Amino acid sequence: MKRVLPPRVIKGRKMKQLCCPLNGLRNISEFLYGGEYHAKPDQISCSARDWAEHVFFDENNAGLVIEWWCHLPTSYWFLVERNTVSDEILRSFPCSDIYKQRDDSPASASRDKGGQGE
Amino acid sequence: MPFGLLKYGLRKRYPAQHHFTPSKKLKQHYDVVIIGAGGHGSSIAYYLAKYHGITDVALIDKGYLGGGNTARNTAVIRSNYLTPESVSFYRDSVRLYQGLSNEFDYNIMMENRGQLTLAHSDAAIRNFRWRAEVNKHLGVRSELVDRKTIGEIVPSLRMSEDARFPILAGLWHEDGATARHDAVVWGYARGACQRGVELHQLTEAQGIDIDQGRVVGVHTNRGRIRCAAVVQAVAGASSTVGRMAGLQLPIHSFPLQAMVTQPYKPVLTPHVSSPHVHVYVHQTSRGEFVIGGGSDPYPLYGTRATLEQREKLTGAVLELFPFLAQARVLRQWAGTTDMTPDYSPVMGLSPIKNYYLDAGWGTWGFKATPICGKTMAELVATGRVPDLIKPFELERFYRFEQINEAGSTAASH
Repeated sequence: MKRVLPPRVIKGRKMKQLCCPLNGLRNISEFLYGGEYHAKPDQISCSARDWAEHVFFDENNAGLVIEWWCHLPTSYWFLVERNTVSDEILRSFPCSDIYKQRDDSPASASRDKGGQGE
Repeated sequence: MPFGLLKYGLRKRYPAQHHFTPSKKLKQHYDVVIIGAGGHGSSIAYYLAKYHGITDVALIDKGYLGGGNTARNTAVIRSNYLTPESVSFYRDSVRLYQGLSNEFDYNIMMENRGQLTLAHSDAAIRNFRWRAEVNKHLGVRSELVDRKTIGEIVPSLRMSEDARFPILAGLWHEDGATARHDAVVWGYARGACQRGVELHQLTEAQGIDIDQGRVVGVHTNRGRIRCAAVVQAVAGASSTVGRMAGLQLPIHSFPLQAMVTQPYKPVLTPHVSSPHVHVYVHQTSRGEFVIGGGSDPYPLYGTRATLEQREKLTGAVLELFPFLAQARVLRQWAGTTDMTPDYSPVMGLSPIKNYYLDAGWGTWGFKATPICGKTMAELVATGRVPDLIKPFELERFYRFEQINEAGSTAASH
């Protein structure tokens, strides 16, 4: 029976690669891991506990996760679906797939006006 | 001579000593179930039995005793942290380590060799001065040392000013030490088993029974156990086991890789680390150079070793010790580090009654083994959180009272 190698051991490939939606297939050393993707709670109405959970707590799932990655040379942030047990990258996609519209919450609005918030 | 040894071995006067209880049938009920028979789990079991007389304890592990991150860490013991909370906690751990061989009547090969952290920038010197003052105030021996003193402490270190990152100063920590990591867990488990604790290896926790906010049992591959209290001490799987109890934790699991060279004559006495070039190194009493660095760049539940990390570690260690260029790497491995946002552990109470957390041990678990076991045992036995570990509770994240030790890890991540 032919032994199937795990996907991260591919002959002839020198370094693990990640497909950036903007720049295509690049070496993993060009990327920065940016944490798990969580849906953001409404920062005006949510409680301090909810906010703490959003900021600090993670699923840290052994299996499929969706996470933020950045292509450093172009400062391009995007999302990746990855298996944290086999280290297989399933897909990468631009964050516009999840964020359909601009985030116009007061915090980001005051930042846009030059930080005139309270 | 060989016959003498054979005779000694076969005489009935010197029967073979079993360290641990031979495997028994799993009972249906225990007072306390400790998930994870590593250093921490064994240590909790030991102090529960020794100081609190609680011996109806099952110490369960899905693998074998001390086969997880206890076997994979680089065995560094030190207490030169930055915050008063951490310094007091690790200081007491180092003190317990000092007396452990005598207490166990079992040699854990504790060697007080000191630890030297190197500064390659002005910012690092400022940080070291701060750490040294906090340490001294709390009774920990740390001091800022200049280049001349560094040269005297570690003559083999490359002190050239032409280096890419010249060494400007150092934080000399005289209390720094190393010990045989396996012996620590064996000593604790032996002491616990002698007092009646049951060690059950190849017994995997698969689910946790909770009734009205209180833990009542653990499902294992060998059947269900009812119990009054559960402690989870599973570094590397904290989130996975926590999830069985319905808990979400502030943890990300990253692999951390290390490697050792072939054995050489003793040339390096203290443990040397450089957060700037991301490497730490010491020579074991066997002569091997143990080389470690930061965690991997992204989370993974796996213990594979990578060429990239080997190149990074090698490049960094050659900055400090160029003579190692001829050394041959014997092996490279990884352990799983449960990193928390503030680089401090999560220990103490959980939202579930009688379910205790001993988690988030990132890269600082081995050095905390004795004090963590002692304080956690006190918590389990009395239900009161000891002052020493109160600041490390899970609730701190909800109060935004993190204990920031990101700058005090041996090689920043």
